[in-house]
Amino acid sequence: MTTATVDNKNRLRSAEDMASDAKRDGKRRMNRTLKYALLLFFVIMVLLPAYVLIITSFKGTADADPSRAWFLPKVWETGGWVKAWTTLAPSLGRTLVLVVPSALISAFLGSINGYVLSKWRFPGANIIFTMILFGMFIPYQAVMIPLTQLVSDLGVPQGIPSLMLLHVVYGLPICTLIFRNYYASVPDELIEAARMDGAGILRTYGSVILPVSMPGFVVVLIWQFTSAWNDYLFAAFFSSGRNGPVTIALSFLAGGQLTDYAASMAGALIASVPTLIVYILLGKYFVGGLMSGSVKG
Amino acid sequence: MLKRAKTWGPGVLLLAPTIILVGVFVYWLIIENFRVSLTNQHTAKPSSKYVGFENYSNLLADPNFQHSLMNLLILTVVFLGGTLIFGFLWAWILEQPAKGEGFFRSVYLFPMSISFIASGVVWRWLLSSLQTSQPGGERTTGLNRLLDSVGLGALQNDWWSNPNWGIAAIAVPAIWQLSGYVMALFLAGFRGIPDELREAARIDGCSEWKLYRHVIFPQLSPVMLSAVIIIGHMSLKLFDLIRAIVPDANTYDVQVPATLMWVKYIGSDYADAAAIGSILLVLVALVVIPYLIHTSRAEKR
Repeated sequence: MTTATVDNKNRLRSAEDMASDAKRDGKRRMNRTLKYALLLFFVIMVLLPAYVLIITSFKGTADADPSRAWFLPKVWETGGWVKAWTTLAPSLGRTLVLVVPSALISAFLGSINGYVLSKWRFPGANIIFTMILFGMFIPYQAVMIPLTQLVSDLGVPQGIPSLMLLHVVYGLPICTLIFRNYYASVPDELIEAARMDGAGILRTYGSVILPVSMPGFVVVLIWQFTSAWNDYLFAAFFSSGRNGPVTIALSFLAGGQLTDYAASMAGALIASVPTLIVYILLGKYFVGGLMSGSVKG
Repeated sequence: MLKRAKTWGPGVLLLAPTIILVGVFVYWLIIENFRVSLTNQHTAKPSSKYVGFENYSNLLADPNFQHSLMNLLILTVVFLGGTLIFGFLWAWILEQPAKGEGFFRSVYLFPMSISFIASGVVWRWLLSSLQTSQPGGERTTGLNRLLDSVGLGALQNDWWSNPNWGIAAIAVPAIWQLSGYVMALFLAGFRGIPDELREAARIDGCSEWKLYRHVIFPQLSPVMLSAVIIIGHMSLKLFDLIRAIVPDANTYDVQVPATLMWVKYIGSDYADAAAIGSILLVLVALVVIPYLIHTSRAEKR
Protein backbone atom coordinates (compact mmCIF):
# COMPACT_ATOMS: atom_id res chain seq x y z
CA MET A 1 0.00 0.00 0.00
CA THR A 2 1.54 3.31 -1.00
CA THR A 3 0.96 6.13 1.42
CA ALA A 4 1.62 9.79 1.04
CA THR A 5 3.80 10.90 3.88
CA VAL A 6 2.95 14.01 5.77
CA ASP A 7 5.73 15.63 7.67
CA ASN A 8 4.19 16.18 11.03
CA LYS A 9 7.32 17.37 12.80
CA ASN A 10 7.69 20.54 10.85
CA ARG A 11 4.13 21.61 11.20
CA LEU A 12 3.72 24.38 13.71
CA ARG A 13 0.92 23.64 16.06
CA SER A 14 -1.26 26.51 17.04
CA ALA A 15 -2.74 26.87 20.50
CA GLU A 16 -6.13 26.16 19.01
CA ASP A 17 -4.92 22.80 17.73
CA MET A 18 -3.62 21.88 21.14
CA ALA A 19 -6.86 22.81 22.81
CA SER A 20 -8.91 20.66 20.46
CA ASP A 21 -6.43 17.82 20.99
CA ALA A 22 -6.88 18.05 24.74
CA LYS A 23 -10.63 18.01 24.30
CA ARG A 24 -10.41 14.93 22.14
CA ASP A 25 -8.12 13.22 24.67
CA GLY A 26 -10.62 13.87 27.42
CA LYS A 27 -13.38 12.40 25.34
CA ARG A 28 -11.24 9.38 24.59
CA ARG A 29 -10.48 8.78 28.24
CA MET A 30 -14.17 8.89 29.05
CA ASN A 31 -14.81 6.38 26.33
CA ARG A 32 -12.04 4.10 27.46
CA THR A 33 -13.98 2.64 30.39
CA LEU A 34 -16.97 2.07 28.17
CA LYS A 35 -14.75 0.47 25.55
CA TYR A 36 -13.19 -2.06 27.89
CA ALA A 37 -16.55 -2.79 29.47
CA LEU A 38 -17.91 -3.58 26.01
CA LEU A 39 -14.89 -5.66 25.04
CA LEU A 40 -15.16 -7.68 28.24
CA PHE A 41 -18.89 -8.15 27.84
CA PHE A 42 -18.32 -9.62 24.38
CA VAL A 43 -15.52 -11.84 25.70
CA ILE A 44 -17.94 -13.30 28.24
CA MET A 45 -20.56 -13.77 25.53
CA VAL A 46 -18.13 -15.55 23.23
CA LEU A 47 -16.70 -17.74 26.00
CA LEU A 48 -20.07 -18.69 27.51
CA PRO A 49 -20.56 -21.81 25.34
CA ALA A 50 -16.99 -22.89 26.09
CA TYR A 51 -17.68 -22.51 29.81
CA VAL A 52 -20.78 -24.68 29.56
CA LEU A 53 -18.90 -27.32 27.57
CA ILE A 54 -16.09 -27.52 30.10
CA ILE A 55 -18.13 -27.58 33.31
CA THR A 56 -20.71 -30.00 31.98
CA SER A 57 -18.04 -32.39 30.72
CA PHE A 58 -16.85 -32.81 34.32
CA LYS A 59 -20.26 -33.52 35.82
CA GLY A 60 -21.64 -36.83 36.95
CA THR A 61 -24.97 -38.10 35.66
CA ALA A 62 -26.97 -36.79 38.61
CA ASP A 63 -25.14 -33.50 38.75
CA ALA A 64 -25.85 -32.75 35.07
CA ASP A 65 -29.31 -31.67 36.18
CA PRO A 66 -30.75 -28.76 34.21
CA SER A 67 -31.56 -26.77 37.34
CA ARG A 68 -27.84 -26.56 38.05
CA ALA A 69 -26.90 -26.13 34.44
CA TRP A 70 -24.87 -22.97 34.88
CA PHE A 71 -23.13 -23.95 38.12
CA LEU A 72 -19.78 -25.60 38.60
CA PRO A 73 -19.84 -29.36 39.27
CA LYS A 74 -20.47 -30.39 42.89
CA VAL A 75 -17.87 -33.09 42.45
CA TRP A 76 -15.49 -32.99 39.48
CA GLU A 77 -15.83 -36.31 37.69
CA THR A 78 -14.00 -37.65 34.68
CA GLY A 79 -16.45 -40.38 33.70
CA GLY A 80 -17.67 -38.36 30.69
CA TRP A 81 -14.13 -37.87 29.47
CA VAL A 82 -13.31 -41.57 29.76
CA LYS A 83 -16.44 -42.53 27.84
CA ALA A 84 -15.84 -39.89 25.18
CA TRP A 85 -12.22 -40.87 24.78
CA THR A 86 -12.95 -44.58 24.36
CA THR A 87 -15.66 -43.78 21.81
CA LEU A 88 -13.68 -41.25 19.80
CA ALA A 89 -10.10 -42.56 19.98
CA PRO A 90 -10.25 -44.80 16.88
CA SER A 91 -11.80 -42.03 14.79
CA LEU A 92 -9.17 -39.53 15.94
CA GLY A 93 -6.40 -41.70 14.49
CA ARG A 94 -8.36 -42.15 11.27
CA THR A 95 -8.91 -38.42 10.93
CA LEU A 96 -5.22 -37.65 11.40
CA VAL A 97 -4.33 -40.21 8.72
CA LEU A 98 -6.90 -38.55 6.47
CA VAL A 99 -6.11 -34.92 7.11
CA VAL A 100 -2.30 -34.71 7.07
CA PRO A 101 -1.57 -36.32 3.67
CA SER A 102 -4.50 -34.68 1.92
CA ALA A 103 -3.43 -31.26 3.23
CA LEU A 104 0.15 -31.87 2.07
CA ILE A 105 -0.86 -33.01 -1.40
CA SER A 106 -3.30 -30.21 -2.11
CA ALA A 107 -0.84 -27.65 -0.70
CA PHE A 108 1.92 -28.91 -2.99
CA LEU A 109 -0.29 -28.90 -6.08
CA GLY A 110 -1.62 -25.48 -5.08
CA SER A 111 1.91 -24.16 -4.82
CA ILE A 112 2.74 -25.36 -8.36
CA ASN A 113 -0.49 -23.85 -9.68
CA GLY A 114 0.04 -20.56 -7.89
CA TYR A 115 3.56 -20.38 -9.28
CA VAL A 116 2.50 -20.99 -12.87
CA LEU A 117 -0.49 -18.66 -12.64
CA SER A 118 1.46 -15.76 -11.17
CA LYS A 119 4.92 -16.10 -12.69
CA TRP A 120 4.56 -18.20 -15.84
CA ARG A 121 1.38 -16.73 -17.14
CA PHE A 122 0.12 -17.92 -20.49
CA PRO A 123 -2.68 -16.56 -22.69
CA GLY A 124 -5.96 -17.43 -21.04
CA ALA A 125 -4.36 -17.93 -17.61
CA ASN A 126 -6.84 -15.54 -16.05
CA ILE A 127 -9.83 -17.47 -17.35
CA ILE A 128 -8.36 -20.77 -16.16
CA PHE A 129 -7.69 -19.23 -12.76
CA THR A 130 -11.22 -17.88 -12.43
CA MET A 131 -12.64 -21.26 -13.44
CA ILE A 132 -10.52 -23.03 -10.83
CA LEU A 133 -11.59 -20.43 -8.27
CA PHE A 134 -15.26 -21.09 -8.91
CA GLY A 135 -14.68 -24.60 -7.55
CA MET A 136 -14.17 -22.98 -4.16
CA PHE A 137 -17.62 -21.45 -4.14
CA ILE A 138 -19.83 -24.22 -5.51
CA PRO A 139 -22.20 -25.74 -3.02
CA TYR A 140 -20.98 -29.33 -2.84
CA GLN A 141 -24.62 -30.39 -2.77
CA ALA A 142 -24.68 -29.56 -6.49
CA VAL A 143 -22.20 -32.35 -7.31
CA MET A 144 -22.89 -34.80 -4.52
CA ILE A 145 -25.26 -37.23 -6.24
CA PRO A 146 -23.03 -38.00 -9.27
CA LEU A 147 -19.97 -37.70 -7.05
CA THR A 148 -21.00 -40.72 -4.95
CA GLN A 149 -21.40 -42.62 -8.21
CA LEU A 150 -18.07 -41.44 -9.64
CA VAL A 151 -16.10 -42.29 -6.51
CA SER A 152 -17.53 -45.78 -6.40
CA ASP A 153 -16.93 -46.21 -10.17
CA LEU A 154 -13.30 -45.24 -9.62
CA GLY A 155 -13.12 -48.07 -7.09
CA VAL A 156 -12.08 -45.83 -4.20
CA PRO A 157 -13.17 -47.49 -0.93
CA GLN A 158 -15.70 -45.70 1.28
CA GLY A 159 -14.45 -43.89 4.35
CA ILE A 160 -10.97 -42.45 4.71
CA PRO A 161 -9.60 -43.19 1.19
CA SER A 162 -12.46 -41.51 -0.63
CA LEU A 163 -12.48 -38.58 1.80
CA MET A 164 -8.75 -38.14 1.21
CA LEU A 165 -9.32 -37.86 -2.53
CA LEU A 166 -12.16 -35.37 -2.07
CA HIS A 167 -10.26 -33.11 0.32
CA VAL A 168 -7.35 -32.99 -2.12
CA VAL A 169 -9.56 -32.21 -5.11
CA TYR A 170 -11.84 -29.66 -3.50
CA GLY A 171 -8.94 -28.07 -1.62
CA LEU A 172 -7.14 -27.24 -4.87
CA PRO A 173 -8.99 -23.97 -5.61
CA ILE A 174 -8.27 -22.28 -2.28
CA CYS A 175 -4.66 -23.57 -2.21
CA THR A 176 -4.14 -22.19 -5.70
CA LEU A 177 -5.66 -18.86 -4.74
CA ILE A 178 -3.58 -18.46 -1.58
CA PHE A 179 -0.31 -19.36 -3.32
CA ARG A 180 -1.07 -17.18 -6.31
CA ASN A 181 -1.60 -14.18 -4.05
CA TYR A 182 1.47 -15.10 -2.02
CA TYR A 183 3.77 -15.43 -5.02
CA ALA A 184 2.57 -12.09 -6.37
CA SER A 185 4.84 -10.55 -3.70
CA VAL A 186 7.89 -12.42 -5.03
CA PRO A 187 9.70 -10.01 -7.39
CA ASP A 188 9.45 -10.95 -11.05
CA GLU A 189 13.12 -9.99 -11.45
CA LEU A 190 14.15 -13.08 -9.50
CA ILE A 191 12.31 -15.27 -12.00
CA GLU A 192 13.74 -13.33 -14.94
CA ALA A 193 17.27 -13.74 -13.60
CA ALA A 194 16.82 -17.49 -13.25
CA ARG A 195 15.38 -17.68 -16.76
CA MET A 196 18.37 -15.73 -18.11
CA ASP A 197 20.62 -18.29 -16.49
CA GLY A 198 18.83 -20.88 -18.56
CA ALA A 199 16.76 -22.39 -15.78
CA GLY A 200 13.51 -23.99 -16.96
CA ILE A 201 10.16 -23.78 -15.28
CA LEU A 202 10.86 -26.59 -12.81
CA ARG A 203 14.42 -25.53 -11.98
CA THR A 204 13.18 -22.02 -11.30
CA TYR A 205 10.49 -23.41 -9.03
CA GLY A 206 12.93 -25.55 -7.11
CA SER A 207 15.70 -22.99 -6.75
CA VAL A 208 13.83 -19.67 -6.51
CA ILE A 209 10.21 -20.21 -5.52
CA LEU A 210 10.24 -23.20 -3.20
CA PRO A 211 12.87 -21.79 -0.82
CA VAL A 212 10.74 -18.70 -0.14
CA SER A 213 7.45 -20.59 0.07
CA MET A 214 7.54 -21.57 3.72
CA PRO A 215 5.11 -18.92 5.03
CA GLY A 216 2.72 -19.70 2.19
CA PHE A 217 2.81 -23.40 3.04
CA VAL A 218 2.14 -22.69 6.70
CA VAL A 219 -0.98 -20.71 5.85
CA VAL A 220 -2.28 -23.25 3.36
CA LEU A 221 -1.56 -26.26 5.56
CA ILE A 222 -3.32 -24.69 8.55
CA TRP A 223 -6.29 -23.87 6.37
CA GLN A 224 -6.50 -27.32 4.82
CA PHE A 225 -5.89 -29.10 8.10
CA THR A 226 -8.65 -27.15 9.83
CA SER A 227 -11.25 -27.43 7.11
CA ALA A 228 -10.63 -31.15 6.50
CA TRP A 229 -10.63 -31.89 10.23
CA ASN A 230 -13.91 -30.01 10.69
CA ASP A 231 -15.63 -31.36 7.56
CA TYR A 232 -18.93 -33.08 8.08
CA LEU A 233 -20.72 -32.88 4.72
CA PHE A 234 -18.38 -35.16 2.76
CA ALA A 235 -17.93 -37.36 5.81
CA ALA A 236 -21.70 -37.86 6.06
CA PHE A 237 -22.00 -38.86 2.40
CA PHE A 238 -18.87 -40.98 2.14
CA SER A 239 -18.47 -42.81 5.42
CA SER A 240 -20.37 -44.51 8.18
CA GLY A 241 -19.65 -44.67 11.90
CA ARG A 242 -17.33 -47.64 11.55
CA ASN A 243 -14.94 -45.98 9.13
CA GLY A 244 -15.83 -42.33 9.60
CA PRO A 245 -13.71 -39.41 10.79
CA VAL A 246 -14.11 -37.76 14.16
CA THR A 247 -17.03 -35.48 13.19
CA ILE A 248 -19.10 -38.56 12.35
CA ALA A 249 -18.10 -40.34 15.55
CA LEU A 250 -18.98 -37.24 17.56
CA SER A 251 -22.36 -36.87 15.90
CA PHE A 252 -23.14 -40.48 16.89
CA LEU A 253 -21.96 -39.89 20.46
CA ALA A 254 -24.02 -36.71 20.81
CA GLY A 255 -26.93 -37.47 18.54
CA GLY A 256 -29.00 -40.02 20.43
CA GLN A 257 -32.27 -39.29 22.19
CA LEU A 258 -30.86 -40.27 25.60
CA THR A 259 -27.73 -38.19 25.38
CA ASP A 260 -25.04 -38.47 28.01
CA TYR A 261 -24.39 -34.74 28.32
CA ALA A 262 -21.07 -35.05 30.12
CA ALA A 263 -19.72 -37.50 27.54
CA SER A 264 -20.92 -35.61 24.48
CA MET A 265 -19.53 -32.31 25.74
CA ALA A 266 -16.21 -33.94 26.61
CA GLY A 267 -16.29 -35.46 23.11
CA ALA A 268 -16.85 -32.06 21.53
CA LEU A 269 -13.82 -30.75 23.41
CA ILE A 270 -11.68 -33.72 22.41
CA ALA A 271 -12.69 -33.33 18.77
CA SER A 272 -11.74 -29.64 18.89
CA VAL A 273 -8.33 -29.99 20.52
CA PRO A 274 -6.24 -30.40 17.33
CA THR A 275 -7.68 -27.36 15.55
CA LEU A 276 -7.54 -25.33 18.78
CA ILE A 277 -3.86 -26.17 19.19
CA VAL A 278 -3.23 -25.08 15.61
CA TYR A 279 -5.16 -21.88 16.28
CA ILE A 280 -3.37 -21.08 19.54
CA LEU A 281 0.12 -21.84 18.22
CA LEU A 282 -0.28 -20.44 14.73
CA GLY A 283 -3.17 -18.00 15.13
CA LYS A 284 -1.37 -15.27 13.25
CA TYR A 285 -1.05 -17.44 10.15
CA PHE A 286 -4.59 -18.74 10.61
CA VAL A 287 -5.83 -15.19 10.20
CA GLY A 288 -3.52 -14.80 7.22
CA GLY A 289 -5.18 -17.82 5.63
CA LEU A 290 -8.63 -16.44 6.24
CA MET A 291 -7.63 -13.17 4.64
CA SER A 292 -6.00 -14.60 1.56
CA GLY A 293 -9.06 -16.74 1.06
CA SER A 294 -11.17 -13.66 0.69
CA VAL A 295 -9.43 -10.36 0.29
CA LYS A 296 -7.38 -10.27 -2.84
CA GLY A 297 -4.00 -8.66 -3.11
CA MET B 1 3.30 -21.59 -33.28
CA LEU B 2 5.97 -24.08 -32.19
CA LYS B 3 7.81 -21.37 -30.33
CA ARG B 4 4.63 -20.50 -28.50
CA ALA B 5 4.09 -24.10 -27.47
CA LYS B 6 7.65 -24.17 -26.17
CA THR B 7 7.14 -21.03 -24.09
CA TRP B 8 3.76 -21.85 -22.61
CA GLY B 9 3.75 -25.62 -22.86
CA PRO B 10 5.53 -26.45 -19.58
CA GLY B 11 3.26 -24.15 -17.59
CA VAL B 12 0.11 -25.62 -19.05
CA LEU B 13 1.51 -29.10 -18.46
CA LEU B 14 2.12 -28.35 -14.79
CA LEU B 15 -1.43 -27.06 -14.43
CA ALA B 16 -2.86 -30.04 -16.26
CA PRO B 17 -3.53 -32.26 -13.22
CA THR B 18 -5.51 -29.49 -11.56
CA ILE B 19 -7.34 -28.55 -14.74
CA ILE B 20 -8.36 -32.16 -15.27
CA LEU B 21 -9.37 -32.73 -11.63
CA VAL B 22 -11.36 -29.51 -11.41
CA GLY B 23 -12.79 -30.13 -14.86
CA VAL B 24 -14.06 -33.56 -13.86
CA PHE B 25 -14.95 -33.03 -10.21
CA VAL B 26 -16.52 -29.60 -10.61
CA TYR B 27 -17.70 -28.93 -14.14
CA TRP B 28 -18.43 -32.40 -15.44
CA LEU B 29 -20.19 -33.36 -12.21
CA ILE B 30 -22.31 -30.20 -12.34
CA ILE B 31 -23.48 -31.23 -15.80
CA GLU B 32 -23.97 -34.83 -14.70
CA ASN B 33 -25.94 -33.68 -11.66
CA PHE B 34 -28.15 -31.59 -13.92
CA ARG B 35 -28.69 -34.62 -16.14
CA VAL B 36 -29.78 -36.75 -13.17
CA SER B 37 -32.13 -33.99 -12.08
CA LEU B 38 -33.95 -34.30 -15.40
CA THR B 39 -34.63 -38.04 -14.99
CA ASN B 40 -37.25 -39.86 -12.99
CA GLN B 41 -34.76 -41.71 -10.80
CA HIS B 42 -36.79 -41.49 -7.60
CA THR B 43 -35.76 -44.89 -6.21
CA ALA B 44 -32.53 -46.79 -5.78
CA LYS B 45 -33.30 -48.58 -9.05
CA PRO B 46 -31.37 -46.95 -11.92
CA SER B 47 -33.57 -45.22 -14.42
CA SER B 48 -32.73 -42.79 -17.14
CA LYS B 49 -36.14 -41.83 -18.40
CA TYR B 50 -36.04 -38.11 -18.96
CA VAL B 51 -38.91 -36.08 -17.63
CA GLY B 52 -37.65 -32.60 -18.49
CA PHE B 53 -38.05 -30.01 -15.77
CA GLU B 54 -40.81 -31.91 -14.03
CA ASN B 55 -38.77 -32.46 -10.85
CA TYR B 56 -38.06 -28.75 -10.66
CA SER B 57 -41.66 -27.71 -11.17
CA ASN B 58 -42.84 -30.30 -8.64
CA LEU B 59 -40.30 -29.09 -6.11
CA LEU B 60 -41.12 -25.44 -6.57
CA ALA B 61 -44.82 -26.22 -6.19
CA ASP B 62 -44.20 -28.30 -3.04
CA PRO B 63 -45.09 -26.33 0.13
CA ASN B 64 -42.34 -28.22 1.96
CA PHE B 65 -39.72 -26.97 -0.45
CA GLN B 66 -41.18 -23.46 -0.45
CA HIS B 67 -40.92 -23.50 3.33
CA SER B 68 -37.28 -24.57 3.08
CA LEU B 69 -36.54 -21.69 0.71
CA MET B 70 -38.26 -19.25 3.09
CA ASN B 71 -36.18 -20.68 5.93
CA LEU B 72 -33.04 -20.25 3.86
CA LEU B 73 -33.91 -16.60 3.27
CA ILE B 74 -34.51 -15.95 6.98
CA LEU B 75 -31.34 -17.81 7.93
CA THR B 76 -29.25 -15.87 5.43
CA VAL B 77 -30.62 -12.47 6.41
CA VAL B 78 -30.16 -13.05 10.16
CA PHE B 79 -26.77 -14.74 9.75
CA LEU B 80 -25.48 -11.97 7.48
CA GLY B 81 -26.94 -9.17 9.59
CA GLY B 82 -25.58 -10.62 12.83
CA THR B 83 -22.05 -11.30 11.62
CA LEU B 84 -21.82 -7.89 9.94
CA ILE B 85 -23.03 -6.04 13.04
CA PHE B 86 -20.79 -7.88 15.51
CA GLY B 87 -17.87 -8.10 13.10
CA PHE B 88 -17.97 -4.39 12.37
CA LEU B 89 -18.54 -3.41 15.99
CA TRP B 90 -15.61 -5.47 17.28
CA ALA B 91 -13.30 -4.29 14.52
CA TRP B 92 -14.35 -0.70 15.12
CA ILE B 93 -13.65 -0.91 18.86
CA LEU B 94 -10.35 -2.74 18.36
CA GLU B 95 -9.26 -0.48 15.56
CA GLN B 96 -8.66 2.33 18.04
CA PRO B 97 -5.47 1.59 19.92
CA ALA B 98 -6.25 -0.67 22.87
CA LYS B 99 -4.24 -2.57 25.43
CA GLY B 100 -4.61 -6.30 25.07
CA GLU B 101 -5.96 -5.95 21.56
CA GLY B 102 -4.37 -9.26 20.58
CA PHE B 103 -6.15 -11.05 23.42
CA PHE B 104 -9.60 -9.75 22.50
CA ARG B 105 -9.03 -10.47 18.84
CA SER B 106 -7.97 -14.04 19.59
CA VAL B 107 -11.00 -14.67 21.80
CA TYR B 108 -13.45 -13.29 19.25
CA LEU B 109 -11.90 -15.34 16.48
CA PHE B 110 -11.43 -18.67 18.24
CA PRO B 111 -14.91 -20.17 17.55
CA MET B 112 -14.00 -20.12 13.87
CA SER B 113 -11.45 -22.91 14.40
CA ILE B 114 -14.06 -25.31 15.79
CA SER B 115 -16.30 -27.55 13.73
CA PHE B 116 -20.04 -26.90 13.58
CA ILE B 117 -20.51 -30.48 14.77
CA ALA B 118 -18.56 -29.82 17.97
CA SER B 119 -20.12 -26.43 18.68
CA GLY B 120 -23.51 -27.88 17.80
CA VAL B 121 -23.21 -30.19 20.81
CA VAL B 122 -23.34 -27.28 23.22
CA TRP B 123 -25.67 -25.06 21.21
CA ARG B 124 -28.23 -27.82 21.01
CA TRP B 125 -28.35 -27.68 24.77
CA LEU B 126 -28.20 -23.88 24.99
CA LEU B 127 -31.10 -23.56 22.55
CA SER B 128 -33.32 -26.00 24.40
CA SER B 129 -36.92 -24.86 24.13
CA LEU B 130 -38.15 -25.73 27.62
CA GLN B 131 -39.22 -22.63 29.59
CA THR B 132 -39.54 -22.10 33.32
CA SER B 133 -43.19 -21.09 32.91
CA GLN B 134 -44.08 -24.39 31.24
CA PRO B 135 -45.17 -27.47 33.18
CA GLY B 136 -41.98 -29.23 34.21
CA GLY B 137 -40.21 -25.97 33.55
CA GLU B 138 -37.96 -26.31 36.56
CA ARG B 139 -35.97 -28.63 34.30
CA THR B 140 -35.27 -25.76 31.93
CA THR B 141 -31.79 -25.75 30.45
CA GLY B 142 -29.61 -23.51 28.39
CA LEU B 143 -30.26 -19.91 27.47
CA ASN B 144 -33.83 -19.97 28.75
CA ARG B 145 -32.58 -20.88 32.23
CA LEU B 146 -29.88 -18.22 32.03
CA LEU B 147 -32.34 -15.54 30.89
CA ASP B 148 -34.68 -16.48 33.72
CA SER B 149 -31.97 -16.35 36.36
CA VAL B 150 -30.80 -12.86 35.33
CA GLY B 151 -34.37 -11.55 35.37
CA LEU B 152 -34.94 -11.56 31.64
CA GLY B 153 -37.41 -14.44 31.80
CA ALA B 154 -39.65 -12.64 29.34
CA LEU B 155 -37.08 -13.24 26.64
CA GLN B 156 -37.36 -17.00 26.95
CA ASN B 157 -38.62 -18.63 23.80
CA ASP B 158 -38.91 -21.81 21.77
CA TRP B 159 -35.71 -21.18 19.85
CA TRP B 160 -35.52 -23.52 16.88
CA SER B 161 -38.82 -25.29 17.67
CA ASN B 162 -40.81 -22.31 16.45
CA PRO B 163 -42.28 -23.35 13.08
CA ASN B 164 -42.05 -19.90 11.49
CA TRP B 165 -38.98 -18.23 12.90
CA GLY B 166 -37.16 -21.18 14.46
CA ILE B 167 -34.55 -21.12 11.74
CA ALA B 168 -33.39 -17.73 13.03
CA ALA B 169 -32.28 -19.53 16.23
CA ILE B 170 -29.94 -21.65 14.10
CA ALA B 171 -28.32 -18.40 12.99
CA VAL B 172 -27.35 -17.62 16.60
CA PRO B 173 -24.55 -20.21 16.82
CA ALA B 174 -23.57 -19.45 13.23
CA ILE B 175 -23.17 -15.79 14.18
CA TRP B 176 -21.24 -16.82 17.30
CA GLN B 177 -18.90 -18.83 15.14
CA LEU B 178 -18.23 -16.41 12.27
CA SER B 179 -18.49 -12.86 13.63
CA GLY B 180 -14.80 -13.04 14.51
CA TYR B 181 -14.00 -13.80 10.91
CA VAL B 182 -15.91 -10.78 9.68
CA MET B 183 -14.13 -8.75 12.37
CA ALA B 184 -10.78 -9.89 10.96
CA LEU B 185 -11.86 -8.80 7.50
CA PHE B 186 -12.97 -5.38 8.73
CA LEU B 187 -9.78 -4.95 10.77
CA ALA B 188 -7.75 -5.59 7.63
CA GLY B 189 -9.96 -3.04 5.88
CA PHE B 190 -9.41 -0.43 8.60
CA ARG B 191 -5.66 -1.01 8.48
CA GLY B 192 -5.73 -0.41 4.75
CA ILE B 193 -6.95 3.15 5.23
CA PRO B 194 -3.96 5.47 5.44
CA ASP B 195 -3.87 7.57 8.62
CA GLU B 196 -3.05 10.58 6.50
CA LEU B 197 -6.46 10.34 4.90
CA ARG B 198 -8.19 10.66 8.26
CA GLU B 199 -5.88 13.38 9.46
CA ALA B 200 -6.46 15.32 6.27
CA ALA B 201 -10.21 15.00 6.72
CA ARG B 202 -9.99 16.07 10.35
CA ILE B 203 -7.84 19.09 9.50
CA ASP B 204 -10.44 20.05 6.92
CA GLY B 205 -12.88 20.17 9.82
CA CYS B 206 -14.72 16.97 9.06
CA SER B 207 -16.92 15.76 11.91
CA GLU B 208 -16.39 12.16 13.02
CA TRP B 209 -19.66 11.12 11.43
CA LYS B 210 -18.80 12.81 8.15
CA LEU B 211 -15.35 11.21 8.28
CA TYR B 212 -16.97 7.80 8.47
CA ARG B 213 -19.64 8.60 5.95
CA HIS B 214 -17.34 9.99 3.27
CA VAL B 215 -13.90 8.49 3.96
CA ILE B 216 -14.04 5.29 5.98
CA PHE B 217 -17.20 3.54 4.78
CA PRO B 218 -16.36 3.90 1.08
CA GLN B 219 -12.90 2.47 1.78
CA LEU B 220 -14.45 -0.46 3.60
CA SER B 221 -16.98 -1.38 0.95
CA PRO B 222 -14.77 -3.97 -0.86
CA VAL B 223 -14.25 -5.75 2.48
CA MET B 224 -17.95 -5.60 3.17
CA LEU B 225 -18.64 -7.14 -0.25
CA SER B 226 -16.21 -9.99 0.49
CA ALA B 227 -17.91 -10.61 3.82
CA VAL B 228 -21.36 -10.66 2.24
CA ILE B 229 -20.24 -13.12 -0.44
CA ILE B 230 -18.47 -15.45 1.98
CA ILE B 231 -21.13 -15.47 4.70
CA GLY B 232 -23.95 -15.56 2.17
CA HIS B 233 -22.62 -18.56 0.34
CA MET B 234 -21.81 -20.32 3.62
CA SER B 235 -25.38 -19.79 4.67
CA LEU B 236 -26.71 -21.37 1.47
CA LYS B 237 -24.57 -24.47 2.07
CA LEU B 238 -25.17 -24.69 5.82
CA PHE B 239 -25.89 -28.30 6.71
CA ASP B 240 -23.71 -29.59 9.52
CA LEU B 241 -24.78 -27.03 12.11
CA ILE B 242 -28.46 -27.81 11.58
CA ARG B 243 -27.75 -31.55 11.70
CA ALA B 244 -25.81 -31.10 14.93
CA ILE B 245 -28.47 -29.04 16.70
CA VAL B 246 -31.60 -30.76 15.43
CA PRO B 247 -31.25 -34.54 15.64
CA ASP B 248 -34.02 -35.45 13.19
CA ALA B 249 -32.99 -34.49 9.68
CA ASN B 250 -36.58 -34.23 8.56
CA THR B 251 -37.60 -31.60 11.12
CA TYR B 252 -39.90 -29.29 9.22
CA ASP B 253 -39.22 -26.25 11.42
CA VAL B 254 -35.60 -25.86 10.39
CA GLN B 255 -35.67 -27.47 6.96
CA VAL B 256 -33.48 -25.74 4.37
CA PRO B 257 -32.69 -26.99 0.85
CA ALA B 258 -29.36 -28.48 1.98
CA THR B 259 -31.00 -30.63 4.68
CA LEU B 260 -33.94 -31.51 2.44
CA MET B 261 -31.44 -32.70 -0.16
CA TRP B 262 -29.93 -35.02 2.47
CA VAL B 263 -33.38 -36.36 3.33
CA LYS B 264 -34.04 -37.08 -0.36
CA TYR B 265 -30.62 -38.70 -0.72
CA ILE B 266 -31.06 -41.13 2.16
CA GLY B 267 -34.53 -41.86 0.77
CA SER B 268 -32.79 -42.79 -2.52
CA ASP B 269 -34.71 -40.08 -4.39
CA TYR B 270 -31.67 -39.17 -6.48
CA ALA B 271 -33.49 -37.10 -9.09
CA ASP B 272 -35.04 -34.78 -6.52
CA ALA B 273 -31.79 -34.58 -4.54
CA ALA B 274 -29.92 -33.63 -7.72
CA ALA B 275 -32.55 -31.03 -8.58
CA ILE B 276 -32.20 -29.41 -5.15
CA GLY B 277 -28.42 -29.39 -5.64
CA SER B 278 -28.82 -27.62 -8.97
CA ILE B 279 -31.15 -25.03 -7.46
CA LEU B 280 -28.59 -24.31 -4.74
CA LEU B 281 -25.91 -23.97 -7.38
CA VAL B 282 -27.98 -21.43 -9.30
CA LEU B 283 -28.56 -19.42 -6.11
CA VAL B 284 -24.83 -19.38 -5.34
CA ALA B 285 -23.83 -18.65 -8.93
CA LEU B 286 -26.17 -15.65 -9.10
CA VAL B 287 -24.06 -14.04 -6.38
CA VAL B 288 -20.61 -15.46 -6.99
CA ILE B 289 -20.16 -15.22 -10.76
CA PRO B 290 -20.65 -11.43 -10.93
CA TYR B 291 -18.28 -11.17 -7.97
CA LEU B 292 -15.58 -13.28 -9.64
CA ILE B 293 -15.89 -11.30 -12.88
CA HIS B 294 -15.77 -8.06 -10.92
CA THR B 295 -12.61 -9.00 -9.02
CA SER B 296 -10.82 -10.41 -12.04
CA ARG B 297 -11.57 -7.16 -13.91
CA ALA B 298 -10.48 -5.05 -10.97
CA GLU B 299 -7.21 -6.95 -10.89
CA LYS B 300 -6.44 -6.29 -14.54
CA ARG B 301 -6.75 -2.57 -14.01
